[in-house]
Amino acid sequence: MQSGLYVHIPFCRSKCPYCAFYSIASQSLIPRWVEALKSECRLVSGSLKDRFQSFNTIHFGGGTPSILDPGILERIMKCLLAHFSFSGLCEVAMEANPLDLTAERVSAIRSLGFTRVVVGAQSFSEKSLAFLGRKHSGRDVRNAMEVLRREGFQNTGIDLIYGIQGQTIEEWTADLEKAVAFSPAHISCYCLSLEDGTRFGRMAHKGDLATLSSEKEREFFLAASDFLGRRGYIHYEVSNFARGRQFESRHNLKYWRREPYLGLGPSAHSFDGTARWWNIRSIKGYCEALEKGSLPVDDREDLTAEQTALEKVAMGLRIREGFSLDEETRHWIRTDRIEAMEKEGLIVREGMNVAPTMNGFLVADRLPLELVV
Amino acid sequence: MSQIRNFCIIAHIDHGKSTLADRFIQKAGLVDERNFRNQILDSMDIERERGITIKSQAVTLPYRNSRGEDFELNLIDTPGHVDFSYEVSRALASCEGALLLVDATQGVEAQTLANLYAAMEHDLTVIPVINKIDLASADVERTREQIEIDLGLDSSSALLCSAKEGTGVTDVMDAITERIPAPSGSQEGSLQALIFDAHYDNFRGTIVTCRIFTGRVKAGDIIQLMSNGATYRVEEVGVFRLKREARASLSAGEVGYIIAGIKTVRDTRIGDTVTLANTPAASPLPGFREVKPVVFSSIYPVSSDDYRSLADAMEKYQLNDAALTFQKDSSAALGLGFRCGFLGLLHLEIFQERLEREFDQSIIMTVPTVMYRIVLNNGETVNVDNPLYYPDPVNIKESLEPYIRTRILIPERYMGAVMELCLSRRGVNSRFSYPSPGRIEIQFEMPLSEVIYDFYDRLKSITQGYGSFDYDMLDYRASELVKLDILVNGERVDALSQIVHKDRARERALHVCEKLKDEIPRHLFKIPIQGALGGNIIARSTISPFRKDVTAKCYGGDITRKRKLLEKQKKGKKKMKIIGSVSIPQSAFVAIFKADEKEK
Repeated sequence: MQSGLYVHIPFCRSKCPYCAFYSIASQSLIPRWVEALKSECRLVSGSLKDRFQSFNTIHFGGGTPSILDPGILERIMKCLLAHFSFSGLCEVAMEANPLDLTAERVSAIRSLGFTRVVVGAQSFSEKSLAFLGRKHSGRDVRNAMEVLRREGFQNTGIDLIYGIQGQTIEEWTADLEKAVAFSPAHISCYCLSLEDGTRFGRMAHKGDLATLSSEKEREFFLAASDFLGRRGYIHYEVSNFARGRQFESRHNLKYWRREPYLGLGPSAHSFDGTARWWNIRSIKGYCEALEKGSLPVDDREDLTAEQTALEKVAMGLRIREGFSLDEETRHWIRTDRIEAMEKEGLIVREGMNVAPTMNGFLVADRLPLELVV
Repeated sequence: MSQIRNFCIIAHIDHGKSTLADRFIQKAGLVDERNFRNQILDSMDIERERGITIKSQAVTLPYRNSRGEDFELNLIDTPGHVDFSYEVSRALASCEGALLLVDATQGVEAQTLANLYAAMEHDLTVIPVINKIDLASADVERTREQIEIDLGLDSSSALLCSAKEGTGVTDVMDAITERIPAPSGSQEGSLQALIFDAHYDNFRGTIVTCRIFTGRVKAGDIIQLMSNGATYRVEEVGVFRLKREARASLSAGEVGYIIAGIKTVRDTRIGDTVTLANTPAASPLPGFREVKPVVFSSIYPVSSDDYRSLADAMEKYQLNDAALTFQKDSSAALGLGFRCGFLGLLHLEIFQERLEREFDQSIIMTVPTVMYRIVLNNGETVNVDNPLYYPDPVNIKESLEPYIRTRILIPERYMGAVMELCLSRRGVNSRFSYPSPGRIEIQFEMPLSEVIYDFYDRLKSITQGYGSFDYDMLDYRASELVKLDILVNGERVDALSQIVHKDRARERALHVCEKLKDEIPRHLFKIPIQGALGGNIIARSTISPFRKDVTAKCYGGDITRKRKLLEKQKKGKKKMKIIGSVSIPQSAFVAIFKADEKEK
């Protein structure tokens, strides 16, 4: 099975108050980190050769990958190509901040072989952008999308966030309208969640911030699905929409389909089909490990059959295509519940395949609990 | 024998009984200051936390009084709750005197009164002691007045003390030696020893605590329990000095323990007479009776897999609680469990708490009920203490329920509120007396079923803690009973059924529907909860389903985090009872027999 290759770029211009991904707002460690990353490629390619046959996707996530100079991106890309084997490479993606996407930079990115750029727009409303601590404006997003189009990128994505305290359904649909106006190949609509370890999380803890009611969130969710559906976007994952199957994120689908992926960089997670492991969540710790010649792995786990089934169900119920009720999975599942859920209109079953409906998407975190207990 | 004094302390909860006992123990030098901890006699955690005594205990205190005479004072610590009134009566029967301890800041309370009456029935010499005189709010004169008028005792004989500070404690101990008579009884006659407590020891088996009235007992004797004729060889006798202290023999007048290879506490009966098998006494000591449970409830393991473990825990528990009765029970909703009988609601609560704490059992308890008497059309009478076995209404000719006489003592100003409460609980034939100015004693005849859930809590809250309550069993009276069923998502949950008076059915049904609505978490579907009498729905509530429950993203392939969260939720769900397709948490079963917060 083809694997995915993920590179975590843990640098940002500033920390956004909602984001729980690992990154730091200083760039002084970039040179040291690049060297460490190269060591990691070398070490990993030696020790994990047997676990991953060949890769067909590359994903630069973060952090803010677009913050890196094209020269550094090139060194990283060359290193990846030198140490790992690729066949049928179908997606090379990068997450980007609209402010980074100048014509010059986009041209360089394109010549490095990137096929897909996802723009962290989050919103087009000045009010929302200010609340989310974003430094760019709606106009910056427009410029970025223009540049990407001019430089020939077909596979572009826009990320949006909804569910901000005080946001109205009209404001949310206005954001969707503006996003759709650029005809991106892909749109992600993330419901704001107040995560531990973020500024918003701390505010929520003190009672200074709350999410919308689940009733409102449901309304916004359904509005997005309906709005984008009418404009030809397939709601292929809880938070993701693609203008045609070919534009679904091939890399992210591996997470939900439980296909293997290798993560490089601090805090990156890997999965080889049976075991999961993850890197140290600190640039310093990561670099120090590699400088001593050891893998920067923080911890690992071997999945039991029961855990595998639970993951399969939990991930499969996030994607439109669903999951297959193979013999292994059936052993851990209450099949009587499948029927009941089908009657409730939460899932559909076709042969051995079980897939969530729109109502199923809305409670996708509950469904596995009902199925496996 | 002339140097022995057997006494107990009669007091309302929180009037300082345990503190005074602690002082006596210190004065007797049984424990040095360094190792002293408060409330030595209340050895169970629950006793300390709740400030109550559950089991009787005895301690033998050596004491030299102010005149230089040496005594052995046997302090018999008695439970202070109405659930345990029979145990109290047996402990009182083992004494010649009693200290009546009254909190100078609170005055005389109903329980004090009830216990004093009991002490008088046993002809005990009563020494009134006014405690907590060190507190600013102490009103010694008013307390004296209450002792004189409410209790009819000579208040000039009352002693003043502060058990906390230690003031007056010596006077109290001297008074015990001077005023309480020495025990009488021949050391030569056939053995008659009154069992007033028994507890289980892992190494020695049952340790019987008793008062010797006639004769003598020593290691090697063959003793016989007069209620059932069982015989045992005595291994050891002795007295309690916080720890057991073996003696060559125990003889008339003394209080101590007997170890005789008695396997379980259930083999002994509180109030039974111990005699010698070879030379038995002509008759047992008076006052023995079998204690019968009055409150019943079923318990089930939260996870049906734990039935065996629960059964083991019950066996062990029973070693030390002779009043608990139980038998196997089985519910369609909750699986295998036990139907248990208790002396009262406090006994039930203690059982539940200890089972969970000391025996690590997760249990679900059903709504407590009393024993109803149902006369069938065919003339047969059946006792029903379990809604599962309530007969088909078409076969019922007449239903009867147990009545009690309550004794409630309150400051006059709460009379209206208390009357209202009692009348709402179907109280009849009220009687009033004014034991002293400003205070009133209200007696009502009331169904026992009306006081077993929350009556005492309600009484305390409407009287701001000033009301006290006690009761005696009266008789069985005709009643109009119905069986209230609860349907969750259309399915009848047998473990939630209750037998209630017809006029109370709707109120109870609404209460249960509301409580379950609060306790049962949201599900993927709408859950109707209904209260029904036969086919008639008399109350309902609805739990609305989840509107949205899905995380926006999985963090960069960090599926582990997501899965661990699911595993945790799954664990939480496993602790719930799944009935039909609804998960009901353990707390829901408890909540339905707790009073509403808003009612309080």
